[in-house]
Amino acid sequence: MSIASGKGGTGKTSVAINIAVSIGDAQLIDCDVEEPNAHLLLHPKIVSEEPVYTLVPSINEELCDHCGKCSTFCQYKAIFAVGEIILILRELCHGCGGCILICPKGAINEGKHKIGAIKRGHKDNLELIYGELEVGEPMATPLIRQLKRHIDKNKNVILDAPPGASCPVIETVKGVDYCILVTEPTPFGLHDLKIIIQVLEDMSIPFGVVINRAGIGDRKVYDYCREKNIPILLEIPYDRRIAELYSRGIPFSLEMTEYREKFRDLFNDVRRLANK
Amino acid sequence: MKQIVILSGKGGTGKTTLTAAFSTLAGRVVVADCDVDAPNLHMLLHPEIMETFEFKGSKIAIIDKAKCIRCGLCREKCKFDAVTENIEIDQFSCEGCGVCTIICPTSAISLSERVSGQVYISKIRFGFMVHALLNPGEANSGKLVTVVRQNAKAIAEKENITHLLIDGPPGIGCPVISSVTGSDLGLIVTEPTDSGIHDLKRALQLLEHFNIPPLVCVNMYDINRDNAEKILNFCGSKGVKVAGMIPFNPTVIEAMVKGKTILEYSPKSNVADEIRHIWKEISEMLSLKNKHVR
Repeated sequence: MSIASGKGGTGKTSVAINIAVSIGDAQLIDCDVEEPNAHLLLHPKIVSEEPVYTLVPSINEELCDHCGKCSTFCQYKAIFAVGEIILILRELCHGCGGCILICPKGAINEGKHKIGAIKRGHKDNLELIYGELEVGEPMATPLIRQLKRHIDKNKNVILDAPPGASCPVIETVKGVDYCILVTEPTPFGLHDLKIIIQVLEDMSIPFGVVINRAGIGDRKVYDYCREKNIPILLEIPYDRRIAELYSRGIPFSLEMTEYREKFRDLFNDVRRLANK
Repeated sequence: MKQIVILSGKGGTGKTTLTAAFSTLAGRVVVADCDVDAPNLHMLLHPEIMETFEFKGSKIAIIDKAKCIRCGLCREKCKFDAVTENIEIDQFSCEGCGVCTIICPTSAISLSERVSGQVYISKIRFGFMVHALLNPGEANSGKLVTVVRQNAKAIAEKENITHLLIDGPPGIGCPVISSVTGSDLGLIVTEPTDSGIHDLKRALQLLEHFNIPPLVCVNMYDINRDNAEKILNFCGSKGVKVAGMIPFNPTVIEAMVKGKTILEYSPKSNVADEIRHIWKEISEMLSLKNKHVR
């Protein structure tokens, strides 16, 4: 399952971690590689780290006859070629490999460029895997794609998605059985919830909603869910204690143990709704 | 003209609330909502749309089924796993690179332009606003951000407006990079949580990477005063100025529900006072920078 939201800061990571610690024996994958935070709440022992590379073209100037075909082909304008000058604009390259295929002289090779790392760790019977994009690198998706190769199909897997509704979110939710959307009952929360719901409907992924900070804002999220027949899986009230525990890096269900049962129920509901 | 970008790394720290508030303080202003995935600023500034245009940021592969011999070469060569087992294009994965078009032995695949969003140029009470909406699930938000900023800049120049406020998206990836590059000042809005601090550090590194002078403000600082203190110390050690500490106040949510900026809804609140103070710090830093350049 994945946890997404549209709007940032609604409590995705908090919900993901609290489910994980409540059910135990699960794999948690933090796909917010731009700003990964799950490890700050789980405090795992990191056991391995692997670099992640993307393919970037490297040009053999001796073979290149400056025909410019690679530059014309590249949809991302990542190859600048004028006369005898040829430059690779690495940050624009998507790593499709088209220039290598199109070059009539075989002058372009696959080079690799590090965009981040994947870290693996454990805490009790939970496994945490997260990606960390290097600062200044624009593309999160290749790192998320790599991260998802670590999915253990024999386990319950929780994917914590980044905020928003574009490519990094799509890459995260692709192929999941169910998506939990965490929102807050405010106009911003509802607006962005509608956007992410449209994405999930287009992708035919079943979903339900968790309302975090219930009690603030207004009732429009509830009205919307009722009209659209969207299940509200759990409400987490606005409680200063929860906010303070989060600020100190503590999953609140560890201290407020009455929530463990609620998160286990949430998990069982999701299982049932996803027919798994 | 000065470009001020508001960013955070972590989502939900109050970027949009602050940007909206600043827009009431900056005199005549152009505001650019660069969170094109999940834009919210229009809900506080109520722009009156003057002009709309389509954003065609990418292409998508189209397979002509009549010509396709189902050899699967496209599926094998696609780096984005965008060709399904049934040899169909998965629109959510296709990045429009065109590799399949050159690899296909029967020339059954072509690239077609896709409309990935809308751009709006609008009037607001305080000047102008440029905003956009990426179609849900589309790629290329960075490119769309660039289009929003280009239009915002053009209006500011045409109208002789001195301040351009940029409301950035969360994260540090491509749309954020497109939002910050070339700005005169970056205000990072953080919160006193372990995650807020972690993400602040990465956001600061990003500004440093692109040579943008940083300022920091701590929102809801009284949720965890120890962590607020940690942020102050950390920024002090890095020589980064903390422009203000905003207290937690439920009035901010009330203002949002009413669709108003906090400065209009509750001008005498402690939050409004602190925001005015932060704006003063921003203005001072921009004018100092001017002198420095001279």
